[in-house]
Amino acid sequence: MLSDITIGQYYKAQSVVHRMDARMKLILTVLFIVIIFLCRNFFSLAVMFVLTAVSILLSRVPFRMFFKSLKPIIPIILITAILNIFYISRGTELFSWWKITVTTGGLFTALFMAIRIICLIMVSSLLTYTTVPTLLTDAIERLLSPLKVFHISVHTLAMMMTLALRFIPTLIEEIDRITNAQKARGADFESGKFIQRVKAMIPVLIPLFVSAFRRAYELSFAMTCRCYHGGDGRTRMKQMKLSAVDFVALAIFLVALAGVIVLNHFFTSLI
Amino acid sequence: MNETPILQTENLTYVYQKGTSSEVTAIRDVSIEIRQGELVGVIGHTGSGKSTLIEHFNALKKGTSGRVLLDGNDVWADKSKIRAVRFRVGVCFQYPEYQLFEETVAKDIAFGPHNMGLPQEEIDRRVKEALQNVGLSEDYAEKSPFDLSGGEKRRVAIAGIMAMEPQVLVLDEPCAGLDPQGRATVLQMIADYRKKTGCTVLLVTHSMEDAAAIADRILVMNQSRVAFFDTVDAVFAHAEELQTMGLDIPQMTQLMLSLREKGYDVPVNLYTVQQVYDALLPRWKGGTHRAQ
Repeated sequence: MLSDITIGQYYKAQSVVHRMDARMKLILTVLFIVIIFLCRNFFSLAVMFVLTAVSILLSRVPFRMFFKSLKPIIPIILITAILNIFYISRGTELFSWWKITVTTGGLFTALFMAIRIICLIMVSSLLTYTTVPTLLTDAIERLLSPLKVFHISVHTLAMMMTLALRFIPTLIEEIDRITNAQKARGADFESGKFIQRVKAMIPVLIPLFVSAFRRAYELSFAMTCRCYHGGDGRTRMKQMKLSAVDFVALAIFLVALAGVIVLNHFFTSLI
Repeated sequence: MNETPILQTENLTYVYQKGTSSEVTAIRDVSIEIRQGELVGVIGHTGSGKSTLIEHFNALKKGTSGRVLLDGNDVWADKSKIRAVRFRVGVCFQYPEYQLFEETVAKDIAFGPHNMGLPQEEIDRRVKEALQNVGLSEDYAEKSPFDLSGGEKRRVAIAGIMAMEPQVLVLDEPCAGLDPQGRATVLQMIADYRKKTGCTVLLVTHSMEDAAAIADRILVMNQSRVAFFDTVDAVFAHAEELQTMGLDIPQMTQLMLSLREKGYDVPVNLYTVQQVYDALLPRWKGGTHRAQ
């Protein structure tokens, strides 16, 4: 169950997408989300679909991984699709029974929405699969650095995010370890009613919190020992540089944006 | 010795994250037999698969292939009886002090017996006895486990497993991170417990000296396979191979190896000062025996 969590999961591979600058990947992901919401018909959506497919192929991350991140979203996709089928009545009527009518318009919209959500999930998982979490938070810090003008401590926020992401796998491991230790003493997490199951978690949660606090103290102590005092005047070991690949990718996305706008203009919109 | 081994594995293999780019085979084709009442030292370098192996003994992990038999029955034969398996094979993991969670030591030790559904008097008796087994006085019963020292926490955690009175007690690195005196205390405690209850004990360690001190047989894991599984003497006869596996062999064995390198014809499967004394003294008295 816990191993299904894909947030912040990195898939190691050698690919163009992995090599791209994290900042550019972040910007392009946001741009992708904007463009996909601009799509008004299947033709413009097709452009984005192809873009998603090409990015995934270039990333060399197996499709299985994307399906894994899609799995928890399937209920949402289904509910959205079903609601659309029944609520939208446009186009020719396919069949009607009691108060329910299904139309071609409804079917198409449902399909459209489903594809849109799938593309969204795939592209955002592509970002985390191909970017090391620390680079990602680094990129966020740099992109948000103009906020310093408003006295927002971007560095602190980014450091908190880095640490939080860094400790997700550690804590998952810890939960696994403690769970195993308690199972070895006959703890039962699988049966019983809801209240009993929540109670069964206590032997795991208490040691988990104790060790999380211990880790926090140890880490802050270690950081202080290495003279960490926040972001002021701190330089970086790794410089981020935009390369030709990044600009080519940006150009492709801009062409896609233009394509979507043009296609929206020439074909009737679906929604 | 009993006819059917109490614990047995047949071609047990376990693969972590099967089917991803980070696939790792932790144990490969392990077939061993553990006899009733013996004390087995499980030795191996970090990452040799010993910890993964013991997680199979109480059915926390299910082998990718192969079987684990407890008293001749497959532990996975009946899924509803998995907990019963865990009460019969008590596993105490590495750094068990991090599993303590109750308000008092007594309640924490009672967690296992409580899960077994035992009556209250029986639980009380077992808690008392478990505290005795690990050498803690009854004053500890009402203390908070979080107020104890590291070594005391460790002993409380071990008592928590002993209180289930398992037929097979598996201890994963019970001495890790303890000072020499703490190590000696814990080892003695395990030896005493075994003498008292006659239960089968598996002691995972990477200290050869610890294993040699109390084990009947030694299982050596190397690169996810069983390298040796034999009596202490027989295993130490392979002292050179053990060294190439990155295991630190006992000092006395090391001494014998260096003597042999110098050309003396001496046995290398010795590991205590007494044994070396007995082996060397007659030779010394009888003049020099330089082997040519």
